[in-house]
Amino acid sequence: MSYSVRSATVRFGSTLALDDVTVEVPVGSVVAVVGGDGAGKTTLLRALAGEVRLESGTVEGPPRQRLGYLPASSGSWAALTVTQNIDFVAGIYGLVGDELIARRAELLDRAGLTPAAGRPAAQLSGGMRRKLGFVMAIVHRPSLLILDEPSTGVDPVSRIDLWRLVSEAAASGAAVLMSTTYLDEAERAAYLVVLDSGRVLVQGSYDQVRAGFPGVVTQTSEPVREEWAWRRGRLRHEYWPGADPPTGATLAEPDLQDIVIALSLARRHMVPS
Amino acid sequence: MIVKEFRELVRDRRTVAMLIAMPLLLLVIFGYAANFYVSSVRAAVVGPQASQAAALLPSYFDVTVTQRSGDEAYAETLLRDSKVDVAFVTGRTPVLALVNGSNLFAAQSTVAALNKAGREVTTQVLFNPRLKTSWVMIPAIIGLILTFIGTIITSIGLVREREAGTLEQLAVMPIRPSQVILGKIAPYFLVAALDMVIVTVLGIALFGVPFNGNPFAFALGAGMFLFVVLGIGVFISTVSQTAGQAIQTAFFFLLPQILLSGMIFPLAAMAAGVRWIGYLLPLTYFTMISQGIMLRGAAITALWLPFVVLAGMAVVVFTGATLRFRRDLAPGNPARPPREQPTETEAVSTA
Repeated sequence: MSYSVRSATVRFGSTLALDDVTVEVPVGSVVAVVGGDGAGKTTLLRALAGEVRLESGTVEGPPRQRLGYLPASSGSWAALTVTQNIDFVAGIYGLVGDELIARRAELLDRAGLTPAAGRPAAQLSGGMRRKLGFVMAIVHRPSLLILDEPSTGVDPVSRIDLWRLVSEAAASGAAVLMSTTYLDEAERAAYLVVLDSGRVLVQGSYDQVRAGFPGVVTQTSEPVREEWAWRRGRLRHEYWPGADPPTGATLAEPDLQDIVIALSLARRHMVPS
Repeated sequence: MIVKEFRELVRDRRTVAMLIAMPLLLLVIFGYAANFYVSSVRAAVVGPQASQAAALLPSYFDVTVTQRSGDEAYAETLLRDSKVDVAFVTGRTPVLALVNGSNLFAAQSTVAALNKAGREVTTQVLFNPRLKTSWVMIPAIIGLILTFIGTIITSIGLVREREAGTLEQLAVMPIRPSQVILGKIAPYFLVAALDMVIVTVLGIALFGVPFNGNPFAFALGAGMFLFVVLGIGVFISTVSQTAGQAIQTAFFFLLPQILLSGMIFPLAAMAAGVRWIGYLLPLTYFTMISQGIMLRGAAITALWLPFVVLAGMAVVVFTGATLRFRRDLAPGNPARPPREQPTETEAVSTA
């Protein structure tokens, strides 16, 4: 079983936000959506949440009772305490009484938020607040969990905690669609969707994406074509879509970051802005 | 730095509007509306010599009622119902002039004019015998406080939800837009109602302002007025992305209410070109109701016009604003792009 967005096209005024995008989110899996700013990640997530009207295409999602959503913002009410935030959202989903108390305690413990239970959300660190938002999104055990950049701006330790929570949610049977700007994080997802300017550049498991990557990437200190090169540490990487690098060039094993940049560059050169 | 500031300013249309529209608005208001002098008052002449007396009155008195069979009680009723500002009761010597003290500036200028008549006229000021400003201002200030809570506080409360992104979260939850709207507005309605009671009680206790009318009629008028100003607050929240924008926009609504509702400057003294704005403002009608009920003990039937206008405004403004707000919450709203807007800008660095 899976949830999906099929052939979705979304337009905001004259801007094409999604262009014929099809993404499937299987139950029990994490699908990571990556792409640069303005790639359409949030629009794709909102489309699956039923929050964006499609110009064309279809959305297959669960009823609202079974949907969990963490927006790109904090996802919690600043003046309410951690407990009050959870209780408010749980109440909307009909979770009350002993069941709520037990579920709240379990989630606070898993998220490491028990010591902060009485603190207003405004007084939490960025990482703690994102974890609170995540807890609020899963309090009702949704079958589809949509997370908009859950770890952006979060310290590395909290990112690990968040990723553990995401994995646990998927392991317990939720279909998870999350956007992220951290490509190392995305590599851990079961499926990847790489977006650029509203279009899917590539999608599949990390291994499938790497296997299907056309061309080669070289590493050098002086790229032959500046417009096809990008910095990686002290060196530059250069993309050769036709797999025809100069003789003697040092080949690099492309990771997800290389793949996303290379495919985005290829699209730019193919479709000049 | 200067160029940068101008560029930012040009993009901030609300601030530009404040910088350009506000001085113009103030100029127009203070030029045409800021006038305490009432050049003409509505007058009634009753009693056996009503026609003769009416003919003798100077043009300052705009005689709208002449009733030979009328007596002092009838004259009082005309004043209580705010049909006229002054009523002359003939058939006695000297003639009795009853003045509506709840219409402060008209009453002050009327008393000044009558004093020139010397012993031929006995002047009696009703509803505000000592012509105290506080008696007239407090019923209006109650409305101003309700306006403040209804527009600024409500709009900030709703916009904060949008700023924090929690409105987006509410939109995907299994909760009806009407429940969200009710849940957001009801607390402000209750707080504003409590504030109204406190201010009214304090006004009576501290300033001796009378409450001569029916409290239920007053509550009804205040309730309708609250719906109008809450509607304005909700509307402001739908056109504002930040609390700062909401305050700026609310200021545009508040300033005319303060200056053109007749609360400070009498509507009768304003130039006709500005006065009509006053008749579009809800505070104008609430002030008519609150002063009428508190000072004159006027009945609902006498105040039917402001009640009907406020009821109409409440239905139109509140319904329109909540429908707009509901649109923001509705699923599949095409008019609301995410913060991350698709652009053709570079997504990756090639440096």
